[in-house]
Amino acid sequence: MTQAHHLDLENIDIRLNGRPLVALDTRIGPGEVLTVMGPSGSGKSSLLAYLAGFLGGDFTASGAVRLDDRAIQALPAEERGIGLLFQDPLLFPHLSVAGNLRFGLPRHRRDKRARVEAALAHIGLAGFGDRDPATLSGGQKARVALMRLLLSEPRAVLLDEPFSKLDTQLRQEMRDWVFQHLREAGLPSLLVTHDYQDAEAAGGHLIELA
Amino acid sequence: MMLRLVPPLIALLLAGPILAGLSMALLPAFGYLPALGGETLSLAPWRALFAQPGLWRSVGVSFASGLLTTALSLAVVLLFLASAAGGRFDRWMRRLVSPLLSLPHAAAAFGLAFLIAPSGLLLRLVSPGLSGWERPPDLLIVQDPWGLALIAGLVLKEVPFLLLMSLAALPQLDPQRRLAMARSLGYRPTLAWFKGVAPALYPLIRLPVYAVIAYASSVVDVALILGPTLPPVLSVSILQWFNDPDLSRRFLASAGAILQLGVTAAALLAWWCLERLGAWLMRGWIARGGRRRGEVPLRLAGRGLILLTTVTAFLGLAGLAINSLATFWRFPEAWPRGLTLQHWLRVLPQLAEPLASTAIIALGATLLALVLVLAALENEQRHGRRPSRALWLLYLPLIVPQIAFLFGLVVVMEYLGTRPHHGLVIFGHLLFVLPYVYLSLAEAYRRLDPRWSQLARTLGAPPHELFWRVRLPLLLAPLLTAAAVGLAASIGQYLPTQLLGAGRITTVTTEAVALASGGNRRVIGVWALVQAGLPLVGFTLAVGLPRLLWSRRRGMRDSL
Repeated sequence: MTQAHHLDLENIDIRLNGRPLVALDTRIGPGEVLTVMGPSGSGKSSLLAYLAGFLGGDFTASGAVRLDDRAIQALPAEERGIGLLFQDPLLFPHLSVAGNLRFGLPRHRRDKRARVEAALAHIGLAGFGDRDPATLSGGQKARVALMRLLLSEPRAVLLDEPFSKLDTQLRQEMRDWVFQHLREAGLPSLLVTHDYQDAEAAGGHLIELA
Repeated sequence: MMLRLVPPLIALLLAGPILAGLSMALLPAFGYLPALGGETLSLAPWRALFAQPGLWRSVGVSFASGLLTTALSLAVVLLFLASAAGGRFDRWMRRLVSPLLSLPHAAAAFGLAFLIAPSGLLLRLVSPGLSGWERPPDLLIVQDPWGLALIAGLVLKEVPFLLLMSLAALPQLDPQRRLAMARSLGYRPTLAWFKGVAPALYPLIRLPVYAVIAYASSVVDVALILGPTLPPVLSVSILQWFNDPDLSRRFLASAGAILQLGVTAAALLAWWCLERLGAWLMRGWIARGGRRRGEVPLRLAGRGLILLTTVTAFLGLAGLAINSLATFWRFPEAWPRGLTLQHWLRVLPQLAEPLASTAIIALGATLLALVLVLAALENEQRHGRRPSRALWLLYLPLIVPQIAFLFGLVVVMEYLGTRPHHGLVIFGHLLFVLPYVYLSLAEAYRRLDPRWSQLARTLGAPPHELFWRVRLPLLLAPLLTAAAVGLAASIGQYLPTQLLGAGRITTVTTEAVALASGGNRRVIGVWALVQAGLPLVGFTLAVGLPRLLWSRRRGMRDSL
């Protein structure tokens, strides 16, 4: 998990029905967080959707997305190696806590059970594997969600206002915790947010969309 | 990719048999059916048809039953929705009405017949005290020549159908905000609903309304139980001609089938004109801006009418139950002398085969329908296209009268030398099961939060894994409900079983309807109750299984 990855966004140009929406040309290095801010409608979510591989049919996009020097913009979402962290933890309600973590593990990994247990211990939830995710606290859910993401071994991460629904105290705690893990894993990350404190805690470059 | 082939396959499965069946009714209607010696086109079948005594009366009753049933059912539903303010009465009504949707038409018809017959429960309750009758009066109440009993029986079943269709469509209209807006302008609640919500609701339930018109103008099983006999409604006459041992009557039946198509089309056209008229009157009524007048009578009618139809349906079921358990029950007595299980025990050994057939056919058709519908919806998710015109196609089997194309289909099968077997009947049921399964599953499938699939894919799950491990489990409850709806639709089918099974495959429904002419109430009570109970098994499982499976998953139970 400690290999260094980098994400290059080369001359990205996203248009909605022909109207220019986002233009971007930048590089995100290993463990760096690029923060993108801007008012609603400025194309933040379209940028995320484009990078993750979910851009709708009304949009057109040009440019290249290179992850570790491999162009990925034409690949289907599941083959891009880009992980996504949402506003909500979105733990699958039909699976147990362990089942959620296991969902993240790539199919070819052998010792799945041991990895899941180690991951639970790492986030301070040892013994919680059989629990119903609905019974966890907000902070616990957020940690499981990030751990599930890390277990899927992404090479880059997109964060879609991941702290906006947490209360003030938990927000500070989770920010530090998430960014620390992303840095340790050497993952290039792109954070979309409304909150300047998020950008500060992320510590990387800041781009404001108009 | 195989999935892309599914929508055209469904179109073919629905439209193909209907077109083939219709053409094989059309050709013999003009004298062409080489297998029976009809080598040239002629108008002889039509001359024979128009020479049938009482034909125009049959046509008239069929036409009127189509329009009246629909108008009455729609009025009951709209009045109830308008008067429903979300109180305890309304919640109770909704809860009572939904199981009625699964009640087969034939069982509801028998229930009504037992209730209103001259020797039925209602007259027993007022005799001899109020009426002075010591023996059943000589009145033709059930099977009356005007088809009023038929219409009443149909209304009992179409009210739940239209109500649930409306309740499914309403959330898109955000009725609460419309009501709040209208009320803040001084409109009383019921009038606010009629003027602010109803005009937007009607276009959303137009296709179900058309399906009701088509069904009510061409129904066979309910008409065999409640409809007039001399002459019967057009659809029943057609069936009698078709089943006549004299095979040359098939030409007559074919001409009748085409006439039935015309009658149903005429009823639809008449309704369309009524729609225009209603819209014009409605515009004037809304434009005048009355805010209070009529509020109280409308509200009372809304509550009273739905109460009447629902209570009647349930009383009918109770009547079936009492009859199936009664020993000796002389006329004016309101309660039988004693209760016995004897009728049930006598019928039980005969139940096995029809029950097995019913189960095989219903499960087969529902399973096929589920696979096709899931494939079509999954295709739509993956390729992001929503079929718009396809919806009309789905309603095709519900709007073209069954009798008009089913026996043409039998002719095609006879021509191909296919012998009646369960597979053929399953295929016939699929025509009617598939639309209901699709309609009941599509919304849930499309409304599922797209973030679940985005999340699963960014975690590395390819589309098939996403389907099996995420979408299917998350949609288990609506999936089971759709299956129960499909089973109920199949269990209630009479004509496809009867025609495609050539009378050799019997289900609970064909057996129950066959008893109608016999008149042994005890036995009818047993069969009708069995028929009514079967769909409930499906719905009980559909409600119970998810609760059981997700007993330790609170996030799944909240969505139930």
